[in-house]
Amino acid sequence: MLKESEIKIGDTHTAILVEDLKRTQIVQYAGASGDYNPLHTDEIFTTQVAGYPSVFAHGMLSMGLTGTMLTDYVGDGTLKKYGVRFTNQVWPGDTLTSTATIIDIREQDGERVVDLQIETTNQNDVAVITGNATARIES
Amino acid sequence: MAIDKFLVEASHIMMFARSVGDANPVYHDEEYAKKADVGGIIAPPTFAQSSAQFDPNYFLRPKVGGEGWFGSGKEASGAKPSSGSGESGGGGAAMGLHAEQHFEYHLPVKAGDVLSATTKPGNSWEKESKRAGKLKFSESVTEYRNQNGDLVITATGVGVQTERAVDS
Repeated sequence: MLKESEIKIGDTHTAILVEDLKRTQIVQYAGASGDYNPLHTDEIFTTQVAGYPSVFAHGMLSMGLTGTMLTDYVGDGTLKKYGVRFTNQVWPGDTLTSTATIIDIREQDGERVVDLQIETTNQNDVAVITGNATARIES
Repeated sequence: MAIDKFLVEASHIMMFARSVGDANPVYHDEEYAKKADVGGIIAPPTFAQSSAQFDPNYFLRPKVGGEGWFGSGKEASGAKPSSGSGESGGGGAAMGLHAEQHFEYHLPVKAGDVLSATTKPGNSWEKESKRAGKLKFSESVTEYRNQNGDLVITATGVGVQTERAVDS
């Protein structure tokens, strides 16, 4: 858990989420999450029927990877809120980097919390996820 | 969508954490997790998404026998998907994509919990896009409750149906 005395507005935490994303990791996420949409698991369907250049990651895989950065930073079981927009697709071969920035430190429901702005970008500096989170902190 | 029993199991949490590149022992090492503040193995923040495993009619999973699955086999596409419940993903079939996802965490979700979930439609709206034509957005709100009937997670998904494949 973050300690209020050790953080300030504007602090950032950055992590590389994945380098050279493999198709098999997308399949691994399909198996764990239960979402076997062929757009993520079936190159033939996705290129020949759906018209995409290749399979691509579930938005929820990008959100899950970003969540790993987030909980590594704010600690286990401290999140009160975590929400994202999927702004661009994530493709096999992508390398994703994610940053959380502290935008507020405040009181909510009798607890001290931190608000974070989140952005995950690919190797071309294109945002694939933008979002926000709120986590409990130690006062 | 309604899910009666979403069993939160340690091995499923381990597999889910692996798939999102999370090596944190709080998701796979019971001894470690017991000594940690959380007191046991907990679910990662986006784990509720895997409730799809417990939706008997989830349409983005090939059914036993494979009948009706629209992915490739001998042909590039099998049958078109029949309409079924798939709202929890916020995404959809061929041209359906996931636009937004929001979680509110009310209580911790731990290995051993038995959750239930109910989904209600939220707002819907349309927008024109240069990259994918007309976009139809629709929101769904899923409430997860634990074995005590307490609300643990509220999940809001926004799905978008695009007119054509998104230009990248």
